[in-house]
Amino acid sequence: MAQTTAMLEIAEADLLGPRQAARLRRRRRNRSGDRRGIILRTLIAVVVAAVVVFPLYWMLVVAFSPRGEVFEPGLRLWPSTFTLENFVKVFDRVPVVDWFGNSVVIGVFVTAFTVVVNLLAGYAFARLRFAGRNGIFLLALSTMMIPVQAIMVAQFKLVTGLGIYGTYWGVILPAAAAAFGIFLARQFFISIPDEIIEAARIDGAGHLRIFMQVVLPLCKPLIAVLTLLTLMGSWNDFAWPLIALKDNDLFTLPIGLLYLKNQTSPDYNAIMALALISVLPMVLLFLFFQRYFVQGFARSGIK
Amino acid sequence: MTTLTARGRGHATASSRPRAARRTARLRESLVGWGFAAPNLVLMTLFLFIPIVWALILSLQETKGFGDPEWVGVDNYAKLVGDPVFWQSLANTIVFTIATVPIELAGGLGLAVLLNSVLPARGVFRTIIVLPMVISGVASGMIAVILFYESNGLLNKVLTAIGLGPVAWQSQGVPAMISVVIAAIWLRIGFNMIIYLAGLQNISPELYEAARIDGASRWQQFRSVTVPLVGPSTFFLLIMNVIASFQVFDLIFVMTGGGPGNATSVLVTYAYRNGFQIREQGYGAAIGIVILVITLAFTFIQWKTSRTRDLAE
Repeated sequence: MAQTTAMLEIAEADLLGPRQAARLRRRRRNRSGDRRGIILRTLIAVVVAAVVVFPLYWMLVVAFSPRGEVFEPGLRLWPSTFTLENFVKVFDRVPVVDWFGNSVVIGVFVTAFTVVVNLLAGYAFARLRFAGRNGIFLLALSTMMIPVQAIMVAQFKLVTGLGIYGTYWGVILPAAAAAFGIFLARQFFISIPDEIIEAARIDGAGHLRIFMQVVLPLCKPLIAVLTLLTLMGSWNDFAWPLIALKDNDLFTLPIGLLYLKNQTSPDYNAIMALALISVLPMVLLFLFFQRYFVQGFARSGIK
Repeated sequence: MTTLTARGRGHATASSRPRAARRTARLRESLVGWGFAAPNLVLMTLFLFIPIVWALILSLQETKGFGDPEWVGVDNYAKLVGDPVFWQSLANTIVFTIATVPIELAGGLGLAVLLNSVLPARGVFRTIIVLPMVISGVASGMIAVILFYESNGLLNKVLTAIGLGPVAWQSQGVPAMISVVIAAIWLRIGFNMIIYLAGLQNISPELYEAARIDGASRWQQFRSVTVPLVGPSTFFLLIMNVIASFQVFDLIFVMTGGGPGNATSVLVTYAYRNGFQIREQGYGAAIGIVILVITLAFTFIQWKTSRTRDLAE
């Protein structure tokens, strides 16, 4: 549909093989000497990709190596024996299942709250005229880049004062107060043609009904982008859960990783096993929904 | 009839309805608007705006143990000025920013040009370069700790094998900073590539055609067509990278904890240390205000750029 094109622009023009590139390719194929260029470029790309992917490969190696092997003298680029002992150890010694569950629960709640609230606000800022709209929008935007470290002491006191320190809610609510989704949503809603909304109004629909039945079905790509980026942000979040959680069994995976590292003699193989467990869901999501991730990164500039 | 009223809303001046009715309609839309925005505004007020004001207040107080906070005026800020670790953290933040941002920009542009050209399995290469973006800072930091491990870490083994190592990644300040810089670049280069790729798609192929006809070499094409035309992307990325570098926390916290000594202490880690480890909350809040002001300044500069003008109107 026409109104979704705004979001799809980048995906179409970008990652998934643009027409323009195909044209260029055809044109270039006739040029002599270009074969060498392609080989050279492919070589560079292979080297760069290998360098970028190597740390992740190393995480796998360490996670599946016998304890301490990677720190023994001598260059070794893969495990001598492939072992699952690090995973067994991690599950034995720390509540991995709880941590994973905490990450999931917090991620789901943060995402649900953030997406709903941002969609509503984005719609208001894009399509409804109300007193103070522009001022509030600018105010909300100006907070977008503020890092938690700037106000964490006050946030900590607030959360303690509200009696939700050390609980799920203490992590979830401040995380759901982010503004970045508002402007993503607003941009999308602005691109919806007036006629569609006018037509619904003529049929006598109120704003809420228009929003639910006309607008939302049009913005599945927006919802996908918002959901994935928010979920990723929450899943990978470190600073705020570090402050807002205290009990071992309520930790999220990143805090659990830190907990393992803070042991007196940290077991790096176990740490990599847990790191792998913590990283895998996001890697899979990314591989399945790459185009949405990329659109989100490109549009919001967050990381 | 309904058609008429609906149109009337769009062209208020042409409406034949009485003014009072129009005012009611406008008021109603205003209420609906506030209603839609309310959930977000309530959350933001409670967990952003109030803490910002509170942080400002805290920065003017001193908390000792469990006692009541005491008003100390601008003492915390005066203390900042005379605190060598604060200045070192600020300097480290700037050094970190200067070390990361140009490489992220140049690397991102280089990769974008490379992966925008004719290449087999281009999509796979792009996926790999972007992949680190979904890896958490903590997990990345942990991997980096192992790779940069001083005694028999892989990197030092390789460096020793080729006669360059071992490097004191953990016990010396400069190598420690370099290790964090490398890890940060690994995490962020994909973002730079994505933005530049989008920028490159907007350059018309005819421009290259024209340059080629004029006899421009590949490098000249890059210099006089590509670089100027991705200027808006560059400026956008410059600001975004600077903001991100000013806020680097997870990596440093996990990899070096600000050490050795204070060699990799940056503003955000120093604020955390004061607020939650030394528990000088007022002082930690004051450092937070400094971070806040710097961030707002960069946000403001970003608004003035063409790329984001549409969102600030």
